Amino acid sequence: MKKNKGVTIQGMPYDEWKDNEYIESLVEELKANGTNVVVGFFDKLINWGRANSLWPLTFGTSCCAIEFIALGAARYDMARFGWEVARASPRQADYIMVSGTIAHRMAPVLRRLYDQMAEPKYVIATGGCAVSGGPFRKSYHVVQGVDQIIPVDVYIPGCPPRPEAMIYGVMQLQRKIMVEKFFGGANRKEKIQKFLDEHPADSHGD
Amino acid sequence: MEELKNTIAGKFPKATFDETDGLQVVIDDAHWHDLALWLRDAKGFDYLIAVVGQDWPEAYGCVYYLTNTFTHVILSVKVTAASRENPMLHSVSDLWANANLNEREVYDFYGIIFINHPDMRHLYLRNDWVGYPLRKDYNDDPSVNPVPTENEEAIDTTVAYIEAPDGTVTKEERVVFAPEDFVVNIGPQHPATHGVLRFRTALDGEYIKKIDLYLGYVHRGMEKLCESLAYPQMLHFADRLDYLSAQQNRHCFCLCIEKAMGLKVPRRAQVIRVIMDELMRINSHLLFAGTFCMDLGATTMLFYTFREREKILDIFEKTCGARMTFHYNVIGGVAQDLHPDFVKDVKALIPDLHKALKEYHKLFTGNVITHQRMIGVGKLSKADAISYGISGPSGRASGWSNDIRKTHPYSIYSELDFDEVVRTDGDSFGRWMVRMDEILQSIKIIEQLIDKIPEGEICAPVPKVIKLPVGHWFQQVEASRGAIGFYIESDGGVNPVRVKINSTCFPLAGVVDHLTRGTKIADLITIGGSLDYIVPDIDR
Repeated sequence: MKKNKGVTIQGMPYDEWKDNEYIESLVEELKANGTNVVVGFFDKLINWGRANSLWPLTFGTSCCAIEFIALGAARYDMARFGWEVARASPRQADYIMVSGTIAHRMAPVLRRLYDQMAEPKYVIATGGCAVSGGPFRKSYHVVQGVDQIIPVDVYIPGCPPRPEAMIYGVMQLQRKIMVEKFFGGANRKEKIQKFLDEHPADSHGD
Repeated sequence: MEELKNTIAGKFPKATFDETDGLQVVIDDAHWHDLALWLRDAKGFDYLIAVVGQDWPEAYGCVYYLTNTFTHVILSVKVTAASRENPMLHSVSDLWANANLNEREVYDFYGIIFINHPDMRHLYLRNDWVGYPLRKDYNDDPSVNPVPTENEEAIDTTVAYIEAPDGTVTKEERVVFAPEDFVVNIGPQHPATHGVLRFRTALDGEYIKKIDLYLGYVHRGMEKLCESLAYPQMLHFADRLDYLSAQQNRHCFCLCIEKAMGLKVPRRAQVIRVIMDELMRINSHLLFAGTFCMDLGATTMLFYTFREREKILDIFEKTCGARMTFHYNVIGGVAQDLHPDFVKDVKALIPDLHKALKEYHKLFTGNVITHQRMIGVGKLSKADAISYGISGPSGRASGWSNDIRKTHPYSIYSELDFDEVVRTDGDSFGRWMVRMDEILQSIKIIEQLIDKIPEGEICAPVPKVIKLPVGHWFQQVEASRGAIGFYIESDGGVNPVRVKINSTCFPLAGVVDHLTRGTKIADLITIGGSLDYIVPDIDR
């Protein structure tokens, strides 16, 4: 194995990625805890499989959702990357692509969908509205970024982001998954738990 | 118009008149219901276009826009509530079916109670919302209404304020769903609702007894945001309303402001706007074809229609620089000149579209399963279409000729040769066919213009700071899904006092209950898909 290859996928050269520092810091953090030889091997194998078959939850509230449909159609064809199996049920999805504005009334619903997803789960905030509230930030009825409700892994800016940007965003998520510890490492789960403790929600009721 | 004014003045001596933009009758609440009844029955004002709630310094009230579907005369009526502490108006939901949801919207935003309205509940906002957001004295501190973390309780009752013959108003509790009703919740996160719309559906076996509509899951408060922005700043909301009619919506918003300013748009800009509008219409109907077929189980169709849609998006992208939110129309004209390849690309697109349409019809329209799922499903009569205010292709499928391009021609539409597609089926199949045929008519319009784009300016000279004179204006444009309307009220400053977006899809969502009663639950998907509503346009 070549040295300094870095975390990359689908043959995209390492230097063309942005945010490499972030991924490297993540790798360093994981390495610092030490890796078991056997478990480390299985981690790699399983993460390779997980990263290449990400199933999204179909969740779109506004304009970005149409670009998400375009992503599934022939020209951008996300099936090339193994993401095409969009599920309508959160129980079967690996990640939720929050595409569109989240209004106050929608916020508890989104949180419930997130809670219903099975671990390991990821969140991508797509478009200005999901990232920060976007053009509606000052509105009385818009959540100023989904990271106030659920923990976000990747942000994709744009209004709406082009399908290419969405592809890049999900590829970043793939990289993140590839360096994760599936066995043993509790690093990620701890962070999520911390977030959830800080943002309590009554979404298990009903 | 003068005659109508004199008749009203004779019959209702208390009425006064305002003629800034068309004829506006100003009347007090006590005479409003009588006037409304008389206008509808004696004068044929059978279509309620818009209900604009407003917080005037002197009183709360509403402006009702009415039209006669034969003469196409538009009349507005301004009604003010007597009390400011406890504002009440008489409801006209018994006269026009679409007043029901419109008045609930006004109640939600302004807290005006409508007497004799059967259902005074929140529509967009949660039941625990504090205050009325569009009132001028609304406290927009985020700590008053923080992001909720708890789910809403479903409430099966509502209230009505009923007036006794002696004039006293009593509050009554009404039942939405009885305890024995079997209620199924559909949405807000459901692939078949085309966005975040929520239906609470009472079922009798597989048959639908009643649908209760919940909106506001993507309510973005655009109307309130507009009140703090300058006119050029607020145009971008139009692109994000019904993003599949982005060009038409923005065209309408610009037309309304230009009308108020008395600005004349250069001929070249007008032609470009019309071509863009029609390309947008084709784009929208192609997306409709794809998603509607997908709802019915014909998943492959999406890939066919998106093939053509991407070609249109390429054309838009070259000129406007974006795939969806174009920001192309500006006050006085358009933002950039056409790309040098524009004419060539559009000409190459037209034969492709003809070929593709034949393919769609071969794949889908003639299919036996298609016929069984669409023909006779969700039949809407012409009278109901008018009463519910179903404009656009869905209304034209019911035999109601309502195309704004024909009834109130704007821009250069009066010079163009095209047919208004009207069918009489009124069912889901009719709504499908109207849209497919409208693509052909849009191509016809583009063909007439593409070789005749005149040279010249693309934008009229506009002052750097735009101020509208004191007054109010209403403008409608035929968007992809029906008539979009913008109402602007100005006090002479740089910001508007009130902007009302009369959405195209709001009435479409309101008619779902009427259309689905007694049909099977599987038909709800067909009916919803064929109405083709876009939820951010409903919610604004």
